[in-house]
Amino acid sequence: MILKAEGISKTFFRNTGSANYFYAVSPLSIEILPESVTVLTGRSGSGKTTLLNMLAGILEPTEGKVLLDDTDLYSLKDDVLSRLRNERIGVVPQARSAVDTLTVMENILLPARLYGKHAPAEEARQWMEQFGIDSLADAMPRELSGGELRRMAIIRAVVQDPDILFADEPTGDLDDENTEKVLSALYSFAHDQKKAVFIVTHENDALKYADRLYKMEKGRIGLQENQSGGAL
Amino acid sequence: MSSLSVKNLKRKPGRTIALVLLTAFLALAVFGGSMVVLSLRNGLQSLEARLGADIILVPSEAQSKVSFQNMFLQGTTGAFYMDASVTEKALEVPGVEKAAPQVFLASLKADCCSIKIQVIGIDPEKDFTVQPWIARSLTGELGEMEVAVGCKVEADIGEIIRIYEQRCKVIARLEPTGTGLDTAVYCNMDTMNQLLAAAEAKGISHKITSDDDSVVSAVYIKVKDGYDIDTVNTALTGKLRKVTAVRTRSMITGVSDSLAGVSRTITAMIIVIWILAFVILLLAYILIVRERSREFAVLRLLGASRKMLGQMALLESSLCGLTGGVIGVIIAAVGVFSFAVLIEHSLGLPYLIPTFSTVMLLGIGTILLSAAVSAAASAFAAWRLSRVNPGTALREGN
Repeated sequence: MILKAEGISKTFFRNTGSANYFYAVSPLSIEILPESVTVLTGRSGSGKTTLLNMLAGILEPTEGKVLLDDTDLYSLKDDVLSRLRNERIGVVPQARSAVDTLTVMENILLPARLYGKHAPAEEARQWMEQFGIDSLADAMPRELSGGELRRMAIIRAVVQDPDILFADEPTGDLDDENTEKVLSALYSFAHDQKKAVFIVTHENDALKYADRLYKMEKGRIGLQENQSGGAL
Repeated sequence: MSSLSVKNLKRKPGRTIALVLLTAFLALAVFGGSMVVLSLRNGLQSLEARLGADIILVPSEAQSKVSFQNMFLQGTTGAFYMDASVTEKALEVPGVEKAAPQVFLASLKADCCSIKIQVIGIDPEKDFTVQPWIARSLTGELGEMEVAVGCKVEADIGEIIRIYEQRCKVIARLEPTGTGLDTAVYCNMDTMNQLLAAAEAKGISHKITSDDDSVVSAVYIKVKDGYDIDTVNTALTGKLRKVTAVRTRSMITGVSDSLAGVSRTITAMIIVIWILAFVILLLAYILIVRERSREFAVLRLLGASRKMLGQMALLESSLCGLTGGVIGVIIAAVGVFSFAVLIEHSLGLPYLIPTFSTVMLLGIGTILLSAAVSAAASAFAAWRLSRVNPGTALREGN
């Protein structure tokens, strides 16, 4: 599996007088490889989340292509692209992403149930135990803290068993101990299960887990030399 | 996806109950209103069938047409008499095919009833209006001192009722007509003559002249095919002195006009309620779009297609509509059946609840309509929700 973006950009309308359109992401190309953790850093508003959304198949670029293997994601019909995302792309969004009417366990198994697939409940329980939220399986999302909800979203994405996992600020609400647990788990997910992991963060904790490190500034991306060495 | 819709409805009880109640209100208005209109139409058809004649002859001085009409519509008791020869004379008029006499007697108070009842005597050999109706409940003919009672007369088959101290055996209960005929008691002419004599003994005279025992109250006329009823009506009026010929159609027309007015009012009310409720439902679903954008964005993020999301939103609204429809129909049915007598009296029109199969069809139709309207009201919301952008929606909801 290889996910490749070719010359993608995103412009948004902003009523600012002279220049109404601005580049959230300037034209760029990038490859996300299996068995690796790619980390994208940058300040708030630099375009990191916009780039992640385009790569994950949920935000169509203004120009350019996103290819998963040889398939141009945005040339697919909605139902085909949706199913492909369900089967091959996992996303941990930056925002709170629980469905309020479902329990924690139901939320975690939701991707599988959307298409009537086998729901990996046992695997979900193991991940919940690893992340310390196994006692919350039957709790409703409103009963959870921000950190617990974040871990729930990560487990949901991992249990979905995607080829590529996108995580937007996955450690945002977590303490140091849980941050290490989560980043370590994502690293193992990439290397042990031969998956691609793409992490967007503005914190430094993830840098040491990066196999490839990119920095984004004002919509432009640059490959960084990883001082941490990219492994544990 | 359907199990997710059901969980959404169950676990957001406030929102679900509000939507269900709105559609229940719609269903209640449609089913209740339609039942009343159908019952009135049914009653009118029943009245027309029961009268079964083209023209009715009554004594000129006996009753006004309105009160004569009330006898059939509301069960008002009354009696008036004319010479029995009117029947034979009517048969001599060109165009008259059949002439069936009836004799009316208003009881004072019979054992069977807490109210006065109307006794109607028929001539089995000439009658063509009442007997076909009696035949549905009775095989054979009415014998001496035997009566058939309307469905609203409180007497069981085999029971003896006393009218002017005369013992009469109930041998049939008639099917409902939704008219005043339901409160009447029917007997043959021999029985009627005995009852008239008994009434005479009580001081209630039916005689037109001092020595005339042979009387009738009304003669039902059937006009031959090919003859103009109005022409026959005029001929009868010309030939028969002190007799008024009333076209049954004109009686029915009065009722029909009243019924049309009531139907129009009810229909207008239903339409207004539907427009109001539809607009409220539409607004409710539009408000829900904002509340549920994040939830749908999450589903989209996890791989739900636009079509799946649209179907889910429509399924939820349809389920609300179905549930509301069932509740509304049940409440309306309980109301319409429980207050049938009250509705009948307050409208003053023949009122006959339709058959079970018609009621079931109307109920099922109303429930399906409620679901369809609920789905239609949510269609725009479903479309908006299916097109929610996960990136934007989740960021806004953060």
